[in-house]
Amino acid sequence: MPLEAAELAATEDGEREYQWTLNFGPQHPATHTTLRLLLTLDGETVIKAVPDIGFLHSGFEKLGEHLDYNQYVTIVDRMNYISPVANEIAWHHVVERLLGIELTPRCKYIRTIFAELMRIHDHLLCNGAAALDLGAFTAFLYAFYQRELIYDICEAAAGQRFHPSYTRVGGLMRDVDDNWIAMVRSFVKGFPKAHADFSRLLIRNRIFIDRLRGIGVLSKEDAIDTSCTGPVARASGVVRDLRKDEPYLAYPHLDFKVVCATAGDCYARFLVRMDEMLESLKIVHQCIENLPSGPVNVDLESKMIVPDQTAVYRSIEGLIQHFELFMTNRKWQTPMDEVYGAIESPNGELGFYVVADGSGVAYRARTRPPSFIHFAIFPQLIVGHQLSDVVAVLGSLNIIAAELDR
Amino acid sequence: MTSHDAVVELLQQRFGSDAFATSQFQDNFRVIVDAGQAFAVLECLKRDAGFDMLAELTATDYLHYPEAKDRYGVVYILINTATGLRLVVKTFVNDPEPRLQTVYPLWKAADWMEREVYDMYGVVFDGHPDLRRILMPEEFTAFPLRKDYPMRGRGERHNFPVITRAEG
Repeated sequence: MPLEAAELAATEDGEREYQWTLNFGPQHPATHTTLRLLLTLDGETVIKAVPDIGFLHSGFEKLGEHLDYNQYVTIVDRMNYISPVANEIAWHHVVERLLGIELTPRCKYIRTIFAELMRIHDHLLCNGAAALDLGAFTAFLYAFYQRELIYDICEAAAGQRFHPSYTRVGGLMRDVDDNWIAMVRSFVKGFPKAHADFSRLLIRNRIFIDRLRGIGVLSKEDAIDTSCTGPVARASGVVRDLRKDEPYLAYPHLDFKVVCATAGDCYARFLVRMDEMLESLKIVHQCIENLPSGPVNVDLESKMIVPDQTAVYRSIEGLIQHFELFMTNRKWQTPMDEVYGAIESPNGELGFYVVADGSGVAYRARTRPPSFIHFAIFPQLIVGHQLSDVVAVLGSLNIIAAELDR
Repeated sequence: MTSHDAVVELLQQRFGSDAFATSQFQDNFRVIVDAGQAFAVLECLKRDAGFDMLAELTATDYLHYPEAKDRYGVVYILINTATGLRLVVKTFVNDPEPRLQTVYPLWKAADWMEREVYDMYGVVFDGHPDLRRILMPEEFTAFPLRKDYPMRGRGERHNFPVITRAEG
């Protein structure tokens, strides 16, 4: 139980000798990446937590002002590297909104499949690593085997496992082939059993539940007040999902549910993520069976896309277009305006605010990182709980330091 | 509030139609206000128009932007979670002392977002409870996302003191 405010206050003469300070991180196995917490402890109870971040700050947003709209996709990949394609989709979603491009149906469906595979990918790691930190090592291995299969699917589509950089302005790097479709189908077929194995190891596990239930409770009002989105907000009863509220890609045509809970504790966040994986699988299944034919890129006439090799070598229009997009003083003609757009990434609302100055390079490329917003609430979630609950709360918020610090 | 028109009407009643300008690009509807009135407008939007979530708070340095009059633009993106309506509120501040009133009393989420804007652009938010650098080291003196700061830095990285285990 969290302590009452009166119990946390200093004694009358400010006597606090019984408290001690613990440096948690930046190099700690349970933080998974580099972030630091300054914990003030009374025995084993955390009475104050001060996050210290920025260890992984690498100036991504500054780089975004120097790389063009296609080049920057390799950088956004490295923000939330647990679900890289979701970042790429978010970035090009906003760039296409800026340029006023309407994607082809096939591209929308392939991007939707990737977005949902990334949600499964991310939730598997989040829940698997949360279990790992709490001592349930086996579940973690089950989760990681499924993640390997998704890495294989990325590799088959883009040739790269970790950072596929698969999207391009107006389409994709290249079309998928029959082998890729077979891989996704076999994943859809095999995943429910793996999910059941994974969840049965945990959801009736008394020790695991005791470590999560009632820990780090976030009320609905606080979730809204602190801008939480995604599974963190939905576990607190905020019924918001950009896939339903502001539909993009192929989501208006698909049948799926938004998973919510009301408890707002670590266990609710864990369960929301578990069930979201099954909903995502439903979406992947619908998309792969209804994958439209046709081109993946918008028409070459629009002067937005990089033409393929045949067009460059065999037609004058293709050659000119290639030249236009790759000469550093040409590139895209953008409107002199600015736009914010967001998608429902596995972690929550992942948005970009792009200011365009008419050139092919963004004047400002701001990321709205869900990890950053969620880590800000960490102190209020952990106060009053035990030291060993720090890893439970950290795991349930899914903090990815590369996205946190950018 | 379910539409932008209703929001504009509310703001016209409260502040008069000269107090703000509006513009739209794609689905982004923007209300542009003076820095002095920004807090009052945002407070009105939260209290009376139901914009209970601050989705995003960021800034842009318009130093090299063609035909820009002001130096820094600060952007608030608000959501009404009941109706799903989004609104962009934009305001401008200038050198030598870019200052704004903090919106922390309205949305707690502004805490870290304002710290980041301060860290990257040097815009000071008056009344913020803990306005420190958040991503850059505390001893850093420049504001790295300003347009007059070079991408490769000014050599700060090489001049940071190296602390050995014995000294630390």
